[in-house]
Amino acid sequence: MTSISPPARKIWWKEPIEKGELIWIAVVVVWGIILTLMMPFWHIYGDQNLSDEAYRTTPEIYMAKAQAVVDKYTVRTEGDMQIPVVKPPAGEDIYLVGRLWQWWPYFELKKDETYRLHIASVDWQHGFSLQPTNLNVQVLPGYDMVLTVTPNKTGKHTIVCNEYCGIGHHNMLGTIYVVE
Amino acid sequence: MNTNNDFRICPDTGLKWHRPAETLIKLNAVAAVVFLLVGGILGLGVGLTRWPEVHLLGPDTFYQVLTGHGINVLIFWIIFFEMAVLHFASSTLLGCRMAMPKVGMGAFVLMVLGALLNNYAVMVVGNSSVMMTSYVPMPADTLFYVGLILFAVGALINCFLFLGTLVIAKDDKTYEGSIPLVTFGALTACIIAIFTIASGAVILIPTLLWNLGFVSNIDAGLYRLIWWAFGHSSQQVNVAAQVSIWYLIAAVLFGAKPLSEKVSRFAFLLYIAVLQLASAHHLLVDPGLSSEWKIFNTSYAMYLAVMASMVHGLTVPGSIEHAQRARGLSAGLFEWLRKAPWGNPVFSGMFLSLVGFGVLGGITGVVMGTEQINLLIHNTLYVPGHFHATVVIGTTMTFMAITFWLVPILFRRQLIMKKLACLQPWIFGLGMTGVSLFMMGAGTLGVPRRHWDILFSSSDGGFEFSAAAITMMGLNGMSVILACLGGAAFCIIVVGSLLFGKKIGEDEKVGDVMIAAPVTDEEYATNKAAMTIPGTLGMVAVFFVAFVLYYFINWKYLAQTWGLS
Repeated sequence: MTSISPPARKIWWKEPIEKGELIWIAVVVVWGIILTLMMPFWHIYGDQNLSDEAYRTTPEIYMAKAQAVVDKYTVRTEGDMQIPVVKPPAGEDIYLVGRLWQWWPYFELKKDETYRLHIASVDWQHGFSLQPTNLNVQVLPGYDMVLTVTPNKTGKHTIVCNEYCGIGHHNMLGTIYVVE
Repeated sequence: MNTNNDFRICPDTGLKWHRPAETLIKLNAVAAVVFLLVGGILGLGVGLTRWPEVHLLGPDTFYQVLTGHGINVLIFWIIFFEMAVLHFASSTLLGCRMAMPKVGMGAFVLMVLGALLNNYAVMVVGNSSVMMTSYVPMPADTLFYVGLILFAVGALINCFLFLGTLVIAKDDKTYEGSIPLVTFGALTACIIAIFTIASGAVILIPTLLWNLGFVSNIDAGLYRLIWWAFGHSSQQVNVAAQVSIWYLIAAVLFGAKPLSEKVSRFAFLLYIAVLQLASAHHLLVDPGLSSEWKIFNTSYAMYLAVMASMVHGLTVPGSIEHAQRARGLSAGLFEWLRKAPWGNPVFSGMFLSLVGFGVLGGITGVVMGTEQINLLIHNTLYVPGHFHATVVIGTTMTFMAITFWLVPILFRRQLIMKKLACLQPWIFGLGMTGVSLFMMGAGTLGVPRRHWDILFSSSDGGFEFSAAAITMMGLNGMSVILACLGGAAFCIIVVGSLLFGKKIGEDEKVGDVMIAAPVTDEEYATNKAAMTIPGTLGMVAVFFVAFVLYYFINWKYLAQTWGLS
């Protein structure tokens, strides 16, 4: 009988399985194992893994930390909004603020040096999307997420917001310069 | 007590329709098509705005229309249709009376009311452009949440009526042995739906209370975790429902029996067993979750759900090939497929849906659901590109295909414009394939989703995406137009047939063969080849090679981005 009638044999679970089906099931089981193992494999041998480091925070605490770094390492300001460009030493903790509708401050980082980049929102949800290198993470209020980043290309990088955050969403841009 | 007057025997298919269930199937299906029409028109607005040279709508309207598009097609069209599928797969396929049809009517009214309230908040009040996901702490109108909750309550009631109807069929002994495979698939959809709606209640009710001021704060990370248990699981309901319909179409068009009841049913069971964890792959780049948690929950401990879909992807065409070969179409690898009824939109819609869902939707879903590769893809246009392949080419096209079969036998009307109906799956399928591919292409190049102005024309110091990305957004816009023509053709044919199609009396035959005679054991026995489904195995082999290549290309691409540790 077809799929719209009860199985013809009441004891259908004892019917043999089609040979082609069995081969395919074997292939997909092996493939499923490979897919699963690739992720831990990349944690061991790959260079692009999130640190999983994150802290509870509040807008006030997070803004204070960001302000402290800005006060210490600002080298110039840019644009009508006088946005500070922060040039920290390698290995430093730096704080990027996502807010309606701006990434603040800008950074100037050195190629092949490593920085502890903190990202948090102080209002709604945002999306950190680094272009043109294309690296994307979710940014939430209340969570201070730490990315240990090592830029590998020089030039101007733009941070686009890729989580919808209201009517000014499409104007929310930031900048990270990478220099030699 | 029920009398025979409560039932109608279909002269074409022999199906026994319980009249109150039949009414509810009709109502839910019609409501579904209405919301598809609304959501589709809004989708046209989205596509034309994303086309850089056209950029049709202003930002306020764009975000409003994008919200309405998502909710109307992804939630209202699909779930109304699924309610019709549940009643059909229980009462009609088992030939029994439906449990509590009056309650079913109440559930329908609740769902309509919920859908209207939500649309009122989004499209009329206009203060609820929060996207389908309504991520806190961005607020929407109170009616937005109330509408969704009412709709979900109605859907939950229908799930329990489905289960009640199964009990009635068992009690009344309207069938012997196990329930049919299609009903079994619908049962898995129902069980996942109950989990889905429970998750929805867990997050939407507190969010409503927060909106009303009774709760001071909803944690943004927690919201996403639970919301996606609702938002993603509901897509698993769609998969279970659509795969059930693939089996249904294989049965009614080809008289095909499943290759193996055991394998197909076990694959459905895997959906229930593992899909509840599926919210994790939306949170792969969220703060506050460990990699161990992400890896376990995205791979569902071994990609068991992906394996289940890959199995259905073999068994559905395999059962068709088996049946066709048994009927004598056994030359070469593909005579069975070449001589399939490609001119019948029920078949072409279903088969295009199967291929598009598997190749475009399935492969990309696994790739972007890989913990580290998600860094390249999260919240880019790749995401809507992927789910237009799964939910539109997969679910929506399947539902459209079965609708062409249901119009004559359920609504007792001849289809109008049959030639256009034959073309409809091709127009819609081609358009939607373009939408899916070009959005994924642009997403790969970094273009964000849910974004009004990818040229950044209104911001100083903007950013320029590559020319290829901008070109693809134009091609996406053209594909949207083609898909909308296909969608419009569907709505015109269906609504036109219901209003103006030639009436078919209850004892009158449709004229075409609406249900193929089952292939008999003797016919199957004539097909003694060593391998009964070589064509299908060839197709899945090609699929598999594409899958492996594309998967590892993305790891290569990932290796070029900034180092993260």
